[in-house]
Amino acid sequence: MIQLYNVSKVYDNGVPAVSDISLRIAKGEFVFLIGPSGAGKSTLTKLIFREQLPSSGQIFFRGRNILRFGPREVLQLRRQIGVVFQDFRLLPRKTVYENVAFALEVIGRSRKEIRERVPAVLARVGLSGKEDAFPDQLSGGEQQRVGVARAIVKRPLVILADEPTGNLDPDTSREIMDLFEVINRDGTTVVIATHAWDIVNRMRKRVVALENGRLVRDEERGSYSYGA
Amino acid sequence: MALNSLWYCTRQACISLTRNFWLGVASAAMIAVSLIILGAFLLVAVNANQFMRIVESTVEINVFLEDDADVRDLQHRLAGLRGVEEIRFVPKQQGLQELKKAFGERHDLLSGFEGENNPLPDSFRVRAERAELVPTLAQQISFFPGVYKVRYGQEYVEALVKVTRWVNVVALGAVVLLGAGAVFLIVTTIRLSMVARQDEIGIMKYLGASNWYIRGPFVLEGMVVGLAGACAAVATLGAGYYYLVVVLERLPLLFFIQPVTDPNMLLSIFGGLLGLGLLMGGVGSLISVRKFLQV
Repeated sequence: MIQLYNVSKVYDNGVPAVSDISLRIAKGEFVFLIGPSGAGKSTLTKLIFREQLPSSGQIFFRGRNILRFGPREVLQLRRQIGVVFQDFRLLPRKTVYENVAFALEVIGRSRKEIRERVPAVLARVGLSGKEDAFPDQLSGGEQQRVGVARAIVKRPLVILADEPTGNLDPDTSREIMDLFEVINRDGTTVVIATHAWDIVNRMRKRVVALENGRLVRDEERGSYSYGA
Repeated sequence: MALNSLWYCTRQACISLTRNFWLGVASAAMIAVSLIILGAFLLVAVNANQFMRIVESTVEINVFLEDDADVRDLQHRLAGLRGVEEIRFVPKQQGLQELKKAFGERHDLLSGFEGENNPLPDSFRVRAERAELVPTLAQQISFFPGVYKVRYGQEYVEALVKVTRWVNVVALGAVVLLGAGAVFLIVTTIRLSMVARQDEIGIMKYLGASNWYIRGPFVLEGMVVGLAGACAAVATLGAGYYYLVVVLERLPLLFFIQPVTDPNMLLSIFGGLLGLGLLMGGVGSLISVRKFLQV
């Protein structure tokens, strides 16, 4: 699904964010990107989303080099990737329903399709009955569920989440991670950058560890602890 | 899908317009002012053109001949000149008659100059196709053999050409300056709208919205502002011009000024102003939107 070959990214101010990373993520995998702050986790997700271009190296999505994509192909790429943010990034003046529907609206889906899919997705993330609530009337966990619903409503091949539980308490974090696991079980590839060591240890998924922009560990069924 | 997007664009544009209502009004007013000035100069220009055409039809070059001139040869040469519309031969007897007519009641003063005593030379009256050709033609003709002297309303024609040229330059300069100001205001208006929706734009990009989908509402907003300004300008100009035409008709003293009332001409000017307003609004918002979409 996603392949990175010797990818490096140096920001304009000369700070290297990731160095010489090679990584393969297969279809249907569940991958944790872990490491301390500034290790390059966010940069890596941005590179996959083509929000940023690497300084060197190649990145492939479904066998195609995304660095050679034109604007139209970049759009197609982004429509196949659902993104979840630490700060949820919901539109405060739209209701839960509208926030999720927005994801389909902006890619030009029909109203009929929107009417069918949004309630189904909201039910799936456990938000039935909250359709007309505004984000500030929801708890953090519920807001993140809206964020997840918004990411999956367009049926992406990959979910990319950058610290999705960073603003949530441990119990809520676990619920959100369980949600990701359910989504993954249906065949969606899930990539999560996170600090939440307890969750990583509990879930026993593939762990890719970064330190100072370098890939230091890549284990199936791994844990957070270094050198384990 | 297209219909959905259009609906979305319209809705967002309306929301932005009400949010920054007064800035929108200011931008529209600026556009209106620049278009009013442009339109006024255009109206002056078409009227000056018509006036020139009327004057041109009366501007004649008087070509006085030597006594021994070869009239046939000269007629040939004159007919061969570029820009000559009409040539008329005026024998000296006729010249005298015309002079007498010009003297009116005092024509008896000229009574001694008839027949052998006529001091006037034979002449050609040459009419040019356009006023600005007159000086060149006159100079060319003055070199022909058998030509004694060439005369025309020199100062008159040259002044007219010069004035219209200056009016054009000044008008163009003013329009460019004001137009740039108006576009700048539109850029500011749209930028404010975009800042107000910055989060939304960021999220839209993450959700895979196309650039045109993001741009649409802002471009529409700019065009609405531009069109509103243009409408105000056209209404002002139309009313003002109509009033002027009516007033001129009532003033017999100014009978020689005939304003242009050809509806086709006026419609194309006003239509052009509306189009220009739209264009300024659209261009302004595109400038504004450009830097927001670099991802």
